[in-house]
Formats: sequence, structure tokens, C-alpha cells
Amino acid sequence: MSYNMTNVLGILFANTHEGSVPELSAKRTMASIPFGGRFRMVDFLLSGMSNSGMSKVGIITRTNYQSLLDHIGSARPWDLARNDGGLTLLTPYGRNNQDTGLFKGKLDALYSCLSYIRHTDCEYTVLSDCDLVINPDFTHLVDEHIASGADITAVCHTAEYTEEETREAACFRVENGRVTKVAIDRAMAGERTMDLNIYVMKTSLLISLVDDLVSLGKYSFSRDVLQEKCGELNIGVYEFNGFYRRICDLESYYEANMALLCHDNLSKLVNSERPIYTKDRADAPAKYGFDSSVSNSLIANGCVIEGVVENSILFRGVKVEKGAVIKNSILMQDTVVGRDSRVSNIITDKNVTIGDGLTVSSSENCPIYIAKGRTL
Amino acid sequence: MNNKKECVAMLLAGGQGSRLYALTKKVAKPAVPYGGKYRIIDFPLSNCVNSGIDTVGVLTQYQPLVLNDYIGNGQAWNLDRVHGGVHILPPYQTASGAQWYEGTANAIYQNLSFIERYDPEYVVILSGDHIYKMDYSEMLRFHKEKGAECTIAVIDVPIHEASRFGIMFAHDDGSVYDFVEKPKEPKSTLASMGIYIFSYKTLKKYLIENEMDASATKDFGKNIIPALLEHGEKVFAYRFDGYWKDVGTIDSLWDANMELLAVNVDLDLYDTSWRIYSNNDSAAPHIIGKNAKIQSSMVTNGCYIDGTVDTSVISGGVTVEEGALVQYSVLFPGAVVKKGAVVEYAIVGENSVICENAHVGAAPETIENKDEWGVAVVGQDITVSEGAAVLPKQIISESI
Repeated sequence: MSYNMTNVLGILFANTHEGSVPELSAKRTMASIPFGGRFRMVDFLLSGMSNSGMSKVGIITRTNYQSLLDHIGSARPWDLARNDGGLTLLTPYGRNNQDTGLFKGKLDALYSCLSYIRHTDCEYTVLSDCDLVINPDFTHLVDEHIASGADITAVCHTAEYTEEETREAACFRVENGRVTKVAIDRAMAGERTMDLNIYVMKTSLLISLVDDLVSLGKYSFSRDVLQEKCGELNIGVYEFNGFYRRICDLESYYEANMALLCHDNLSKLVNSERPIYTKDRADAPAKYGFDSSVSNSLIANGCVIEGVVENSILFRGVKVEKGAVIKNSILMQDTVVGRDSRVSNIITDKNVTIGDGLTVSSSENCPIYIAKGRTL
Repeated sequence: MNNKKECVAMLLAGGQGSRLYALTKKVAKPAVPYGGKYRIIDFPLSNCVNSGIDTVGVLTQYQPLVLNDYIGNGQAWNLDRVHGGVHILPPYQTASGAQWYEGTANAIYQNLSFIERYDPEYVVILSGDHIYKMDYSEMLRFHKEKGAECTIAVIDVPIHEASRFGIMFAHDDGSVYDFVEKPKEPKSTLASMGIYIFSYKTLKKYLIENEMDASATKDFGKNIIPALLEHGEKVFAYRFDGYWKDVGTIDSLWDANMELLAVNVDLDLYDTSWRIYSNNDSAAPHIIGKNAKIQSSMVTNGCYIDGTVDTSVISGGVTVEEGALVQYSVLFPGAVVKKGAVVEYAIVGENSVICENAHVGAAPETIENKDEWGVAVVGQDITVSEGAAVLPKQIISESI
């Protein structure tokens, strides 16, 4: 059977897992959380889909999606502004005179956009969340899925996990390449095969699962499909062994950003063979002043640095004034740190201003978060 | 379809820029990198779009590949428009034959049919040679207020530099009464910036007449402007007093980059009210490594800096390895400076590699005879091998 990647539909869930980082998602979706100096979380999966030749991608949004709409725009940066297909934002869809409550899980979310899914007329569908920092090759995934003959293939990663990491995740028992048992949100440290929440299956199977299960009042993909039907359906796994990070709380967000200070990690995640695209802002290059001292940091265009920066991530347009010292911190877009202020182990959201001569610090591995637009 | 535009811009981008030597061997001058993430043409294109001019013809001839690719459909400058937008205009063949562009006036003449598609009242003629921010709509307002047929942007230059420029003589009201191209003994300091606004009907008339004249060199400065003055047309000088830099020579290109690093910089690239757009790839932010020392410099996305960088402009995707030293230099996109190499007072072209312990350029104070000092230049796609030296003022266009 012949197929090509334009015949594979991508569906991204913009809001799932955002409860795990309530600070960062207070006013935005999981998908639009800023990451790595200039990106947003959605850029990784969306670029992966575009780089893999997929030409139809729907993003299902639930709440707080204004920042996402702004970021996506016409979807041109991801080369998904197409006459036919391209990127479609699937906002909550209420019907007249009916219960228009927001969807509860993936199945009822997919149910609300079944007409879109049918209309795209793709043979396969890839589902993914936006909580991964990853540069996935979906071509390889779909090839493996077809070759294996599985009904559904789930992307997973087998490693030693802490109790914290498995608290809000699904883990598989895999026998002969097939998922035979699924444990959901059960905190268990040890070697686990963790579900990365990326799945591929035939679109026809997806549609029939959604139709059947939603009519029974079910809504959870992991419980009602993976867990309940792993005996009935052949659910295969695809081990992803490249660089990735999953954002499951503020600490893991901090760690995942800091991981990019390792040049090797950064070049695995963002490289010219498989670029990660994002919305550009036409900032000038970063400027280093006469007295600046910077080491082991990731610095985006538009920054103006006149102070000291160590082990930190500076997003676009951050200003570090004379005498200021920044250590072990993540400063998002347009943060200003005033003269002689000392900042360590903090995460500032966009447009935070820290005045002159202040000290803001926290202990290692326990970063303080400062909300968007605040002035200290 | 109503395609009418009040004003269209024609950007002369076909020049070789022969005084940039190895740096323009493979690209036209307007495509030469500047300021870390820009190419020279970003300035006139961004000025157009910020001035509300949404129809721009870009006339290309010399080495157009990089330029064509860079401009693309103009989206980076918001010039991908349903009506108008940016159009690349190379020389073309007609029923009566084919002709290269022979001079600036001839290039516009050959594209009169492009201009006429938009039925404009005014045409702005620009070049892709200068770094500046200018609101052409202000100049157009001046042109209309004066009832001019042609308005020429001028800037005051020091008298000792005036012989490099076309020099205007104007009355107090701005009306021009004489014009001398590159005078040996300049008597005025009003230099033409090579930016013209014409009332279209007048432009067309003089371009056609100029074509009829077999002896003409078909150049705006040498033919069109003198002809307008000779016929008593209303020509006005529009004074500009902002930052404007010709980057047509190695020294001026290096100077213009170094000027960006000054404390009180004259050209503010961080001013969001007049952004300079550029077409960039999607690189990650740059990494400043554990061993890096960096000051008084500009660094662009996609770089990996682990050596010492002082007073330099570093373009996108550059690598400076641990133990390498880069000072008072301009590194073009993708350049690599390996361990132990020194690059000082130099311009390194795109994707060139300076190998271990090689030495490019020298500080002026280390050279006894000042005439022997100058900026060292390594052209595009060149390797300077391990331990090799590029002397000050030397320009290399082959690997050594």
C-alpha cells in the first residue's frame, strides 16, 4: 500500500497537562508556554510535523487560547499556510440549544471536531500533546507503525523514573512489542515504559473509537482506549531515544530549559536539518556592553546585557543593566533587571521589571516564579 | 482590477560592489551581511514598508542568486501583498533583442512597463548600498509641498570627503541650481544620497529622451539630473540629518559595523518604532559557553561562543571555539574560528573557517608603517589552514 506524509493528519492538544504548571499556564495554553529563549512549546511538535511532510494539522484548544492564536497567526513560519489543509485551529464548538460545556477529555474533544477530521480525508492520524520538548521524526514513526501491523502505536520512552515523574503519566507493560497493561497516574519509581502521549493510528479506527466511546459517555483516551482496550486492540510501542524533556511541573520546566545550556543537547533539539520554527519578532542581535560578563548561558536576539549573566536563559529583548548579576535564572521576553540588582534561581514571565538594587533569589532547584507583567 | 498606487519604489540592486572585492565575489552588494543579522538591502526595504510604500521593484543583475533567494516573496518585510508587494526585476529579452542594464537610468527605463502597471503619481528611486533609517513619506510630502518634479535627498558631508559624492548646490528654499558629480574641488557639502523622488510623468519623459541620446551614459547622476536642471525643471534638495553610511568599501563596511558597538550608537537597531526587518532562518538563541569572555559586541541567534570576543559583530550561526580570540572584527554568517586562532581587525566571509592557531589581521599599533595597515578580509567559503596568517590589508579569495 502506498501512502505519503501528506496523507497523515496531525492533531495537537493545546491544553492537556497545563494543570501541572499552573503558574505558566495561568493566562495561556500549555502549547503557548515560552521555552528555550525564543520558542513556545507548540513549536516543537508543529515543526516536527511540518518537517515530516505533514500538510494538515489541527490544534484543539479548550481555554485561554488567545496567546496561541496570536503565536500561530497564519501558520506561515511552520510552512503550514496552505491553500489545501495547512493549520486549523479547532476552538471549542458549542451548538445552539445544547449543553455547550467544555470537553473533558481527548475523546469528546475529538468528537467535537469529527467533521474536520473526516473532511481532511487522511488515511492516518497522529495525536500529540504539547508538553514535550522534542524534535520528532513522524515519517519514521508512521513507517514503523505500518510495518508493525499494530492498530495503534504509542510513542514511549523506557528509563528509570522517580515517583514524581510518574505521578501524572501513563506507564505501559509491554510484552512482545504489545501493550498489555496500562497504569495511569500511579506514582511508582523504577524502570518504566512511559507513554509520551503521541499516538498514530488509522483515521477510520480513530473515528469509530470516538463515535462508540462518546456515545457511552466516555471521554478519556488513556483510560477508555489504551487501558480498557489493550486486550482487544493491538497497541504497539515506538521507543523514542533522542533528546526530549517532558514538562510536568515548574521544576521540570526549569531543568528542561537548563538542559539546553549543553551545546550537544541544543544541537540535537534545534538543528538546520530539522529546524524548529517559531514566530519571529525582528529583534536586532544581542548586544553585550563594555562591562558585561556572560558565561554558560543561552541568549536570544534583542537582549542588551551590561551586567553579569551566568548559567541562565535570556529570552528575546531582556535587558540586564550595569552592575546587575543574574545567576541560574530563566528570564522571559522583555524582562528588565535594573542596576546592581542580584537575581538567582528565578523564573520571570514576560515583561517583568525588577528595579534597581534589589535582591531576588531562591534556593537551588526550587526556582521562584514571577508572574507576567509584574514590577518589583 | 484597481492596481493604482500613489507611489512605487524602484530599488537598484544590480551593482557588483567591486570595491568590496572578495566579499562580493559570490553575492551582489545589497546582499552583503551587516550588523549581525541583516543584509544591506534590509534597510531600504524596511524603510519602504515603514514609510507605507508597499510596491517595490528590485532591479537585479550581478550575482542575483543569493539576493533572489533572500528576498523570496517579500514576506519577511511584510511585502507579500495581494496588490503590489516586492518584485524582482532582472534584465529580460524582448522581440527586438536583449540588453543588460546599462546604467541606473537605463535599468529604470527598461522597467517602465512594470511601473505603469501601478499607474503611480510618484516613483522613489533607491539604491542597495547604504545603511540608514529614513521615512520616505516625509520626503514625498516635501516633494508635493514644493511642487517639485524631482527631489533629491542630501546630507551634509565633511568638505574633504565631498569629492566622493554627487554634490548639489541649492538656494535657501531647497531648490537646486547646480549639480556636480564627484567634483575634484568641491564648493558645497550637500552630497546626494542616491535617493530620488520623481513625479512619474517627468521621470518617464526624461528617461525616454535619455535613451534617444546615443552618447549618454544612461545614469541618473550623470545624465538625468543635469538634463532636468538644464530644462529648468523644479529640482529640490531634501535635507536628511540622521545616520547614513555608504558601505561600499572594506573600510566603510568595517567602520559601519564597529559604529554599532559604540555606547551612544547613532543607528538604533533596538528602536521598535522603526524596525529593520530581515529574512532569518530559524536558529536557536546563541550559547555563550563556560569558557567564553565577551564584551562590547553583538551576537546573533545560532552562534556558539566559547572563546574570547571583544568589540566585534558576530552574525548568525558562527562558532568561536574555546581559546580562540576575536576582536575588532566582523564575522559573517556561519564563520568558524577554531581553537587558538586569532581574528583581529578583520572581516571574515560567510561559512569561512579559520583553523587552529591561524592568525587573521593585526592591531594597527603593532604595525610600524601605517600605510601597511588595513582591515584584513577573508572571502566567502574559504579555509585559512592551521597556523596560516592573513596579513593586515590583505584580501584573500582563495583558501590558504
